[in-house]
Amino acid sequence: MDDHILEAHGLELDEGQLPPENWFERSETLQKLRKNKKFPTIWCSGCGIGVVMGALIRAIDHLGLKNDDVALVAGIGCTARMPIYLDFNTLHTTHGRALAFATGLKIARPDMKVIAIMGDGDALAIGGNHFIHAARRNIGITALVVNNAIYGMTGGQYSPTTPLNGRATTAPYGNIEPPFPVCDLAVAAGASYVARSTVYHALELDKFLSEAIAKDGFSVVEAVSYCHTTYGRLNKLGTAADMMRALKDTSISQTAYNNLSPEAKAANTKIVRGNFVNIDRPQYTTAYGNLITRVQGGGK
Amino acid sequence: MTIKLMQGNEAIGWGAIAAGCRFYAGYPITPSTEVAEILSRELPKVGGKFIQMEDEIASMAAIIGASVGGLKSMTATSGPGFSLMQENIGYAAMAEIPCVVVDVQRLGPSTGQPTAASQGDVMQARWGTHGDHPIIALAPTSVRQSFDLTVRAFELSEKYRTPVILLTDEIVGHMREPVELPDFATIHPAEYRVTKKDGEYIPFRNEPGDVPPLANFGVGYRYHITGLFHDPQGFSTQRLDEIDPWIERVNTKLEKHLDEIIGLEEDLQPGAKTAILSYGASARTARHAMKLARACGQKVDLVTLLTVWPFPEAQVEALGERVDRIVVPEMNLGQLAYEVERMVGRKKVRRITRANGEMVTPQMVLDAMEN
Repeated sequence: MDDHILEAHGLELDEGQLPPENWFERSETLQKLRKNKKFPTIWCSGCGIGVVMGALIRAIDHLGLKNDDVALVAGIGCTARMPIYLDFNTLHTTHGRALAFATGLKIARPDMKVIAIMGDGDALAIGGNHFIHAARRNIGITALVVNNAIYGMTGGQYSPTTPLNGRATTAPYGNIEPPFPVCDLAVAAGASYVARSTVYHALELDKFLSEAIAKDGFSVVEAVSYCHTTYGRLNKLGTAADMMRALKDTSISQTAYNNLSPEAKAANTKIVRGNFVNIDRPQYTTAYGNLITRVQGGGK
Repeated sequence: MTIKLMQGNEAIGWGAIAAGCRFYAGYPITPSTEVAEILSRELPKVGGKFIQMEDEIASMAAIIGASVGGLKSMTATSGPGFSLMQENIGYAAMAEIPCVVVDVQRLGPSTGQPTAASQGDVMQARWGTHGDHPIIALAPTSVRQSFDLTVRAFELSEKYRTPVILLTDEIVGHMREPVELPDFATIHPAEYRVTKKDGEYIPFRNEPGDVPPLANFGVGYRYHITGLFHDPQGFSTQRLDEIDPWIERVNTKLEKHLDEIIGLEEDLQPGAKTAILSYGASARTARHAMKLARACGQKVDLVTLLTVWPFPEAQVEALGERVDRIVVPEMNLGQLAYEVERMVGRKKVRRITRANGEMVTPQMVLDAMEN
């Protein structure tokens, strides 16, 4: 800690409290962070997106991927700022188009792990078409959708995942549009791997992200988060800590859900956390590689 | 190589292959579709990749993504699709990602007449995306030029890290001519990319007039690319001392190399007081009118712009000093004539405009030369 901060708080330097020398360099996980740039993050204090970023770097670390072999492609929005803080090949694109840019990049570099990082508005409103078609093609990209149910960066307008009756700055009388079930959409469109957890269940996010990134085909992880700054305030949901805690109470594991009676399942309003699909389908860039081999071999 | 009967759009496909294009993403639209069909067939043969995306927005995004990954990339479209691509064309200009966009112009606005010719996208090619930015647009007048300018579009795009628009039209695109293409082995595209790690790399260094080379993703330089204003390392910035040098460098990087970028054909006659200046399909009308006029003993200059953007200001200004009158035939309501007037003054310019899908006729040009 800097001396002037210690002085301001009337503290003395305690060597025992300091992190060990070269702590940053010695932590392999932290090596996934960009140390030269841009901290602190732009996210509001208490935001859940940082938890997702932590899960992402732990997942990449767990898989033993080299930084050079990973590309993060993001659109526009609070979530889409995540790549700035991470030390990979990072491409911050236009609103809604992360998956379309990622598709070109993955085709050019099939050996690279390409991860598209999007918020709910980015992935499902303006980018909805690319989301379903990337899933249909089963191209080897991981789509990480941080769902905070709102457009945060522009100040709290309702999104395709804002709950029915929820209030937003453009839904001052309550939202009358039903939300998209993100995972159901991904399953229906043909994704190879689909899972959902929340920012309260960070270790579960680690696991799902590890599995998703390791998956050969198109994989989707929905990380349910919250926006206390806009949605929370407009809907009187309390502090960031209150909203974080609420994710524990308003979600249910897939195992527990499966044990419910049919009536209880029908009446369930909780967020189901789990891995809903994990199948093997031909991956797009592999299929195209086979096509090239066939054509160059004189095949029709 | 043998002489073949070939369409302009087909020549564009072959030009792309010859130039080393190894990725195409597109969405079907008349009258550009042949480019996609040919490349879907030919790219895999040379190890390249073709994908039909869900729309033109995605197509433009995909070619930028593939270019970042190290493949020379192209898309082809027409008016409505070109409109949809504009946001991401601006991204490519901002992030300085090389790519080639073929616009086979058709009659607009809106759906207009999909099978009718037009040159109505001249201003859209220049200013279609928001904000000030550099752009290059090349306009072929024949099938062979469709091939040559496609090769050139890739060269300029890679060298200057900018999107290049191949601004062709339904007439040149669908017209069939006998052509003899060069042996592709004689075309040696230069390599401007950083393809392996060697020392420090500054992706967007702001030396005046500089075009810093682009490092392909995955070669070991882990840097950031964004459509936001960015510092030399690629990170977004709001600092004027970082934004202003960027604006200065990027918006002058073409100006400093106009000798190489500007292409035009001049057929001048000593003593001529009238010039016909045109581009694309209308340049064919212009050439026909010139021949008729000269056959009647009139002296007339013929100037054909192969580079439409950046506009050949110095050359047109010089032409204005040489002649009393410049006749500008084009298949729109005078989009390029605006630029000619800007250089030589309104009084010297005779606009010949036609925006109904039909070509300007040589007689219309001759009539304009009379008065």
